[in-house]
Amino acid sequence: MHPKASGTSASEVRGEALQRVIERYGTDPEALVEILRSLSEQLGYLSQDDLVAVAKVLKLPYSRVYGVATFYSMIETSPVGTHTLLMCEDAPCHLAGGADLRRALERRLGISFGETTADGRWSLRTVSCLGRCDLAPVVMIDGRWYGHLTVERLEAILARYEEEEG
Amino acid sequence: MKETRIILRRVGRIDPLSLEAYAGEDGYAALRKAVQTMTPEEVLETVIASGLRGRGGAGFPTGRKWSFVAAASGTEKVIVCNADESEPGTFKDRLILEGDPYAVLEGMALAGYAVGAREGWIYIRGEYAEAARRLETAIERAYAAGFLGEHILDTAFTFHIHLHRGAGAYICGEETALLESLEGKRGIPRVRPPYPTVAGYHGLPTVVNNVETLANVAPIVLQGAEWYRALGVANSPGTKIFTLSGDVAHPGAIEVPMGVTLRQLIELAGGMQGEFKCAQTGGAAGTIVAADKLDRPLTFDSLREDGLSLGSGAILVCNQQRCVVDLAYVLMRFFENESCGKCTPCRVGTLRLFEILERLRRGRGEAGDLERLEQFGRYVRDGSFCGLGQAAPTGLLTALHAFREEFEAHLGGVCPTDTCPMQG
Repeated sequence: MHPKASGTSASEVRGEALQRVIERYGTDPEALVEILRSLSEQLGYLSQDDLVAVAKVLKLPYSRVYGVATFYSMIETSPVGTHTLLMCEDAPCHLAGGADLRRALERRLGISFGETTADGRWSLRTVSCLGRCDLAPVVMIDGRWYGHLTVERLEAILARYEEEEG
Repeated sequence: MKETRIILRRVGRIDPLSLEAYAGEDGYAALRKAVQTMTPEEVLETVIASGLRGRGGAGFPTGRKWSFVAAASGTEKVIVCNADESEPGTFKDRLILEGDPYAVLEGMALAGYAVGAREGWIYIRGEYAEAARRLETAIERAYAAGFLGEHILDTAFTFHIHLHRGAGAYICGEETALLESLEGKRGIPRVRPPYPTVAGYHGLPTVVNNVETLANVAPIVLQGAEWYRALGVANSPGTKIFTLSGDVAHPGAIEVPMGVTLRQLIELAGGMQGEFKCAQTGGAAGTIVAADKLDRPLTFDSLREDGLSLGSGAILVCNQQRCVVDLAYVLMRFFENESCGKCTPCRVGTLRLFEILERLRRGRGEAGDLERLEQFGRYVRDGSFCGLGQAAPTGLLTALHAFREEFEAHLGGVCPTDTCPMQG
């Protein structure tokens, strides 16, 4: 289908998302961190074109926008999978079995942390302490918490996500 | 020793977003008392007299910090709430923000009244989405009810609060990095002095206070400095929220008067799972101590007096099955990852330390590695630009001191607890 015919080409989707974010946070350069985080959450990641568009709207040099985008872990600058799994690997989660979870995840999905599966389904990311240490070990999938995990429980959770997609 | 819930007294018991429920348990009574019956100077004097010290980890006297900003004249001033809680093992601020958000808003308004500030910012870490949502609602409702905005409680006092979410960076808990991030930049620490109290947010005199610190303010204003000083110990008054994790029966948050010992905290958390080996006190940037420190009180002065840091109040408890080298390795992995890259001692030093620890846990240690850990650890501690780097090797250096023989065993290719991979 011709992109124009559908009325929602990829670039239009991205343009509309930027529009919404600007409406919410304004165009003051001070809002740059929030604009980029919010846009990244909506689009999955920010391409170079996205960063250039933000720079234009905020009247900032591209270097400044790129510098901020690559500094913060919640702003993605390369494509991510349908689901993103964040795993805490700090001491409380590590002691509670986090290292076993990490190995099990890499084995099951056939990728290392920091990578995305070839089918585009899963991205694995490590994350610094999420402040749920009383439920260690914890992971977050698409913004949702899972605590007191064992390898078996995590396997079951992943299977559920995959079933839902069919 | 029993729990004494002052800061957490409403958390988990009331609907956190209900202003009625908050008001039903002293909510906004302190702000009402302050703006209707006290001068700003009297509020400031009360906080100074209470001896309240910053709960973010450094323990700086809150009243003194406020007095620097109060003394500035002819300029706008700003209150910033540091809600960038990211210290591994710490979740006290999240509990307050999610369970009692109005307490933080009231504390900020009181700070604004005391120092003469009309604008306040909450900088909350990006990962705390739920807490941010609740704060947003709480701020809206506080405005609607006249606890924020112009003419608060029908007085001349005006105070606004804005919410700013971060985007994932531990360094932004450092106050000057936080201010950079708040201004929409990379979170890179600034040169101090000037301190934020002189030139902070956009160069304005700025109070930066931790969430737990601000939650202490309303009870102090309402019940007085004397009442507050009766809690805790002489130089560290009040209560402290500790967050326990690791090998205790019931990991979680415990609020007790300052001066509690590690042994008492472990008992309050239901006791040990297994036999005690060591604990890291104060978060990932804190000290690793052995059983000889179990009965030493935890205060803002205990690092200097007993080599036991209070820090953020995070306590990670380890039993005899845990490996100290593995723990030091995980801690250094964190700092190596979170170093902002501005200064060489931290950027390169944490990486070198991480590499040595990685060698040790794989049984590939080299002659002189333990000495190198100590030497590089001191370089990073003494040479780093900001508190992140300065505190990064604390756990490693204290562990090396208390558990030298375990590091030596790894150098000889043996992990005594059989935790490390040791592939040879």
